[in-house]
Order: sequence, then C-alpha cells, then structure tokens
Amino acid sequence: MTQTRYSRSRSSDTEKENTGGGGGAAMRVIVPLQGVVQGRGGLVLGSIIPCALFYFLQFYLKRHRNDLDDQNNSNSPGLNSTTGSASSGKLAELPALTRNLSRGLPSPRSPRGPVSVSGRVSRIVKGADSPYYVGLRRVKEDPYDELSNPNGIIQLGLAENKLSLDLVKHWLAENAEQVILRNWKELSISRIATYQPFDGLMEFKVAVAGFMSQVTAKAVSFDPSQVVLTAGSTPAIEILSFCLADVGNAFLVPTPCYPGYDRDVKWRTGVEIIHVPCRSADDFNLSIAALDRAFNQAKKRGLKVRGIIISNPSNPVGNLLSRDTLYSLLDFAREKNIHIVSNEILAGSTHGNEEFVSIAEIMDLDDVDRKRVHLVYGLSKDLSLPGFRVGVIYSHNEEVLAAAKKLTRFSTISSPTQCLLISMLSDAKFVQTFITINRERLQRTYALFVAGLKKLGIKCIKSSGGFYCWADMSGLIRSYSEKGELELWDKLLNIAKVNVTPGSCCHCIEPGWFRFCFATLTEKDIPIVTDRIQKVSETCKLN
Amino acid sequence: MAIEIEQPRVGLSKVAVSKTHGEDSPYFAGWKAYDENPYHETSNQSGVIQMGLAENQVSFDLLEKYLEEHSEASSWGKGAPGFRENALFQDYHGLKSFRQAMASFMEQIRGGRAKFDPDRIVLTAGATAANELLTFILADPGDALLIPTPYYPGFDRDLRWRTGVNIVPIHCDSSNNFQITPEAMEAAYQSAESMNLKVRGILITNPSNPLGATIQRSALEQILDFAVNKNIHLVSDEIYSGSTFSSSEFISIAEILETRGYKDAERVHIVYSLSKDLGLPGFRVGTIYSYNDQVVTTARRMSSFTLISSQTQHLLACMLSNKEFSENYIKTNRERLSKRYDMIIKGLKKAGIECLKGNAGLFCWMNLSPLLEKPTRESELALWKVILNEVKLNISPGSSCHCSEPGWFRVCFANMSEQTLEIALERIRKFMEQRKRN
Repeated sequence: MTQTRYSRSRSSDTEKENTGGGGGAAMRVIVPLQGVVQGRGGLVLGSIIPCALFYFLQFYLKRHRNDLDDQNNSNSPGLNSTTGSASSGKLAELPALTRNLSRGLPSPRSPRGPVSVSGRVSRIVKGADSPYYVGLRRVKEDPYDELSNPNGIIQLGLAENKLSLDLVKHWLAENAEQVILRNWKELSISRIATYQPFDGLMEFKVAVAGFMSQVTAKAVSFDPSQVVLTAGSTPAIEILSFCLADVGNAFLVPTPCYPGYDRDVKWRTGVEIIHVPCRSADDFNLSIAALDRAFNQAKKRGLKVRGIIISNPSNPVGNLLSRDTLYSLLDFAREKNIHIVSNEILAGSTHGNEEFVSIAEIMDLDDVDRKRVHLVYGLSKDLSLPGFRVGVIYSHNEEVLAAAKKLTRFSTISSPTQCLLISMLSDAKFVQTFITINRERLQRTYALFVAGLKKLGIKCIKSSGGFYCWADMSGLIRSYSEKGELELWDKLLNIAKVNVTPGSCCHCIEPGWFRFCFATLTEKDIPIVTDRIQKVSETCKLN
Repeated sequence: MAIEIEQPRVGLSKVAVSKTHGEDSPYFAGWKAYDENPYHETSNQSGVIQMGLAENQVSFDLLEKYLEEHSEASSWGKGAPGFRENALFQDYHGLKSFRQAMASFMEQIRGGRAKFDPDRIVLTAGATAANELLTFILADPGDALLIPTPYYPGFDRDLRWRTGVNIVPIHCDSSNNFQITPEAMEAAYQSAESMNLKVRGILITNPSNPLGATIQRSALEQILDFAVNKNIHLVSDEIYSGSTFSSSEFISIAEILETRGYKDAERVHIVYSLSKDLGLPGFRVGTIYSYNDQVVTTARRMSSFTLISSQTQHLLACMLSNKEFSENYIKTNRERLSKRYDMIIKGLKKAGIECLKGNAGLFCWMNLSPLLEKPTRESELALWKVILNEVKLNISPGSSCHCSEPGWFRVCFANMSEQTLEIALERIRKFMEQRKRN
C-alpha cells in the first residue's frame, strides 16, 4: 500500500442528512411568509417582515453551511475531541487551517492574498494525521532492525509480502542483465516502427493474462485483448471510478475495507462511497440484504448508486466470496442495473483450504451480465513487486475498455519494467514454483502468528487469503468506542512499539478490531511481536 | 430456445463517453494513415513517412553504449543486493538518488544558471500525467487556463478531460513571429471573464511546441508580471529544454526567478520529462518542480496515481548521476539536433518553402500559406490531405494546434534516420515543382 493519508469518513453518512435538512428549513420559513404577505400585517409589515425573514434565512443557512464545512473538513470529529495522544493538539488545528484553504482565500482579483489552489488540496491535507499516516512516519523514524535497532518499531501496518522476495530476487540475479540488454536493443528497433501503446505492450498483456490464469489455478482463461495495464492497481481503481460513475454518484463498499478506497475512488473523481457495514456476527461476510438496504437508503436521499466495489480475498478480513455469494451479487447488480468492480489483487495470496473463485469464472459461464463486471488486479501483492507499478483492469465491456485504454496515458507502466516482467512471467516454471512456495510460506506464517495471538487471548477471524490477521482486541480497550480503540492503537505504537492498523481506518463500525500484516515478519520475529503485545495487553487487563 | 429479453444497458460515465480525448481530430487521423502504410527503408519505400511524431531518436546510441558499459544500472549489481528494497519501494517521494540526479540534470541543461532542490521534485509517469496533475491541483472544474497558440494538441485532452477545466487561447500570429504579447494575454483574460470563467493560471511551453523556438527573456518577464498582476499560477512546460541547439539561447523561468530573488516564486511550477531530451518516451518519466510547498506536498500525494517504476528510477539515477555521461549526452544531442535542423531548413528552402526561425525542439514550423487556395482552415486541411495521400508524408496541420493563421504545419525531423529525412525532402521538392508547373 502506498504511503498516503487515509481519511476517516465515518461521518459521511450524517453529512448527507444535514444537506437534506438545509432545504427543509427553508420551506418552513416560506409558508408562514405567505400569511404575512397576504394581509394580516398590512403593506408595511408585509414588506418588512419578508425582508427580515429573508436576511435571517440567509444568516441561518450561512451558519449552517459553516457547520457542514466543519464536518466536511474535519473528517474525523471523534479523533479531534477525544484522542489523548500528543498529536491531538495538532489535529484540532487542522480543521481551522483547512477551512481557510477551501474558502477563505481571496479571489485572483484581489492580489493581496496568496495565489489560491483548488478545493481538492484541502481534502488531502486534513487526512495527514490519521493513525495510518502517523504510524508509518514513526516506523520510518525508528524502524526495527534485529541487530542495529532491536528496540525499534516493528511494522505490521503495511501490506507487503516479504516472505517470498528471495525467490524473485534469485530469478532476477540470474536473468535480469541479459534480459535488459536484449530488450534495450529490441526497444530501439521497435520504437522506430511504432509508438508505445499506453495500455501496455501486447506481449506483456499476454504474459499477465497467463499469470492471472495460473493464479486462479487455470480455472479461468483470460483474454489478453481484454486486459488494460496501468501503473498499479491504485490508478486502475481510479480509472474505473471515472468510467463508471459521474460526479456526485456513489459506489457501495462493504466494510471493513481497504483504507485507500477513500483516495482512489473519491478524491479526484468527485464520486462518493457509501459504506455497507458487515457484522462480526457474520464473520464480516457480505450481506446482500445490507447492500439492498444501503441502495434503497441512497435512492431516498437522491444519491445515484452506479456500482459495488468488492475485494476478494477481502482486505482486511481475508474472507473469500463463495460461488453462491457471487451469483447473488450478480443478481443484485442485475436487478439494480449497476456495475460490479471486483478487486482480486490478493487472488494469488490465498493460504487457506477454501477454494478461491474469481468472478471471472462466473463471467465465463454467464453471457448476459458480462458487461457489468470489471476485475482489478496487480502484481504488487502476489508477486511482491509494488515498486514496479503493474495494475490490471479486466473487462468484457468494450466501451469500458475503450475509455480505460485512453485514460491509461496518465498512468502508463514503464517499458523496461514491462520487458523485464515479460521474461519473468513467461517463465512458467518459475511462476508455478513461486505461487506454490509463496502460499506455503503464507500459510505457515499465518498459522504461527494467529497461534501467538491466541495465547494472548486475542482471537482472529479465520482468514483464507491475504497478508492480514483481523484481530478482535475489544477486550483490551477501555471504552467500547473509537476513542478506546485509538488509545489502544497509541499504546501499541508507543509502548509495545508495534505499528498496526486500527479498524476505524478501515471504516469498521465495531470498535476494537485491528489489522496485523504478518507477511513482513520472519518466524523469528513472531515471538518478539507477541511478547511486546503481551506487555501492553497485561496493562490493559489490569485497567 | 429462450425468448430474448432486452436487458437495460448498464451505463457509463460522461467522462467515459466524452470526445475530449480528441482522437477523432486530423492530428490523429494522419497517424492512422501511417499505421496502415508505414514507410520502411527497404520493404516499403513508397509508404507514408511519419513526420508528425515528436520523438528524438538521434542519440539513442549514446544510451545503448552507457548501458552496455554499466550493467549495474539495470541489474542492481551482481547478485542484485539492492533489489529487495527497490522492488518494495513505492514511496511517492521517489528514490532520493533519482531526484538528485534529475535536479542536477536539469541544472546542467540550464548551464548551471539555475539551482534545483531535489526535495521540490515530484515524480510522475510522464509529462502528460504531470500536466494533468498540476491542473487538478491549481484549478477547479469549470475554471480556465490561458495557453498561447499554437499549442500542443494533446493539451486539449490532458488538461481538460478528467479535470473539467477549460482552455482559453492567447492568440499569437506571424506578425511578430508568434511571440506572446501583454496585449494578447490581456485579451485572453478578458475573453475568459466575459465567458464567466475564472482564470487560475497561464501555461507556456518553453521551448515552444510546435514553433520550435525558445521564448525570449523580455517575454518571460512580461508573462511572469502578468501572472503576478492577476494573482494566477504560471506553469512552464520545459520538456524540450535539453533540445535547444545552443545552450545559451534557452532561458528558463527558473533563471528569471533567480534574478528576482525568488519573489513571487510560489506561483511558478515547471514541468519536465525525459521523453524528448533523452528519447525515452516509453520509460514514462515526468517531473513537477514547484516553488510552492503546498503544491509540492499535494502533488506528491496525488502522484500515487502515476508513480514511476522503481526499477526505472534506479536505472536512470545511475545513468544521470554519471556526470561524464550526462555532459557528453547533452552536448552531443544538441549538436546532432542542430545538424538535423539545418538539413531540413536547407532542404525546404531549396523547395521554395520558408520556416519560422527556430532554435530548439524536434520539429520546424513550416509556412505553406502561399499554397492555400483561400486563407481558411478548410483549405489548410485540404492541403494537408493532399500531402498525406499524394506526397505520403504525415505532418501536423496548424489548425490542430489551434493556430489562428491557416497554412502553417509542424514537421518533425528527429524521429527518423538521415536517409529517410533526405527522401522526405526529395518528395517535398518534387511536389513543389509539380505545383509550380501546374
């Protein structure tokens, strides 16, 4: 995951209700006005009173809009008022600062003020001090190292897989030099003939389609001509958001979810996210009934839902969607005539005994609904190459492909990287070995980590894929609230010196859940981590 | 068989179906003709010669030589010790070594007359992304940017499509060699105001595409004053700065700022890329250099949508920080481009065609207005079609660059071998002779 801020939009639903309220207030003023104007007060009163009411109305709406902006700007009101940590003073400052940025700047016609920037700028500034961002910064300042910094902070907040990097490194050490030199010569010849397609070289698409097929254990055959390549799955999601929804439309997103969706789906597109909470009682599995409720509520508020974004395997819980659920999801989407975006970026990182079913497999069988389903994939997780920036959009919808292809000009994959990976992915033996060994290592590390947490009395939801343990630490928090959760997060970061992701960053509505990424750990690290957590959990239990 | 029920088509967004990508314009239609019948030195000598693509292929051998002699750049050294960190590296700050190399490369291009701070460099996957990103940051949907004409046709798409921002042209004409004047800027500003568009900035390309000429110092001063006066941003796209034929003739806005003690600098942003100067468009390397802290921070975060592969950053960091290589490259590239330019100007002159006096870039700005039936856009396009279909050359008509004077064409000379250029000039000569006879 790229190191950027994650905004906390838990208040987003309440914001919408307030917007509706403003209009209602206006109506309540206009109707009695009629009575006054029609005669009870005479001509003078009939003129003065409406004017006075008009001015009061303006004043009321303006103040009301100020409050709305406060909520818009300080996306995490809970954080501002209740966090006990040292950074809270700074957080309280942020809303005031951002209000100035978004509205207080003088227009270009009054040259006395500083030159203004767009409204988008303020939206990113306010998230800078979310726990996710703070944690990353602290780890950077004080990173754990077995030899040189044994008291440093251990990183469990970044979804990287370091378990199988040695396999990739080995392949590169053996092959990279010749591959690159050979490609260099070929590059010069090919460029004289044609210019580079922005959505990826055809041979790379073929190689990626083949890799995706191997990842799904050959259950699906991916057509390279339906592959659009882009610089990471971050732009892949943004491009789909631009293509499937207009400004002000919305996507339904089951939570807890990947914190980055707030940036990828909303930031520059002007599209909204409606969170659909999943419950711990259901093991955080997707509920079609909940989706339906959310869809209807949105409709009542005049918000047009254009699609659903699911992750499979899910981040942070690690659930796999069953075949039945996928069919139900498809029925739901068909009934509402909306799109489905399936983020399957962790498809190759399954480690449980459950069968992974890609939505692409359903698409192969169901002709009718092919046009509404779009897959997102990438090499950052499954191949441990986030730095190389390879993301995929896969769709049967010709219009979406055509638009997406044109948009990839803003986020094209670097050609030497494409050439290098063509060779790597075409090495079928390497790919097969990698996938198998990687899965084994993930399974082993996951089992050890979960067992370690269990000894501390911390239970995790059974995960079948991905790099995370989704742990229930609600027993250790002082108050069953976001405030309590963040206090625990703070203790883990500053006392236990372990950086984890609090559930609120993932928009989980049940407090006390935490996301631990175990794929950055070696077997040796696990007891160190559990010991450190134990120290904190002991003090929490005493309280 | 089941009855076929008409399914309601699931809709796409306005952005997806919009024509703002502009790929239906003549600028791109010529490429289609080329793709269908491309010239080849041996196998297709009567094919269309591509002179509409501003790519630099004259100095590729220098890059090849560097790579052959410095394998550590491409393979992270024996046993790939640095690979692990590199493969995992996805920090939007970018590799420090690469930013340092870019800063020093940009300084070298400007003959050391301006200093660049590596921490102000934001990396993007190409200048296309850099320009779009800046537009997202500096302007809101519905606002306007002022751009002098003629300008790069891609701006219509890159600056407007997803951003919802408008372009209002600053009209320049041949009466003063298409230079930007304060009157023209003011007129554009007023025009935007009359359309109720809020102007957020002015974007210049220096050296200019398609003119192939650098902007003079006095004009740069006036442009900066104008931006200060109206309290708007100034974006200087200096993507061709390393392709000036002589080092002393290019003046960067950075130099103007330096002489002014960096007063008013917070409104200035420079875009750069290695696609033109190094001839590596496929690598997707672009940068935003901003003197405004807020813009730098925001651009950095926004660059998550368009990061450069860490492998590429590593490779180029090695290459560009090699002073011997970079100095030699800049010098040699300049000489070769200058030579090509002389060649095409002489060849066109022999055919009776005049060009705007140029001193930079990968193209020349050719004046074919004497050949037009009428001084109209339609005549220009008719002539363009003739040149494409009969002379079999794909050149770019001025109208696609929003030039207000019909009859001008942009002709690229650096994306082919010298022999191919000779053949193209020969075809032009024959064409002009034929027209004289008729």
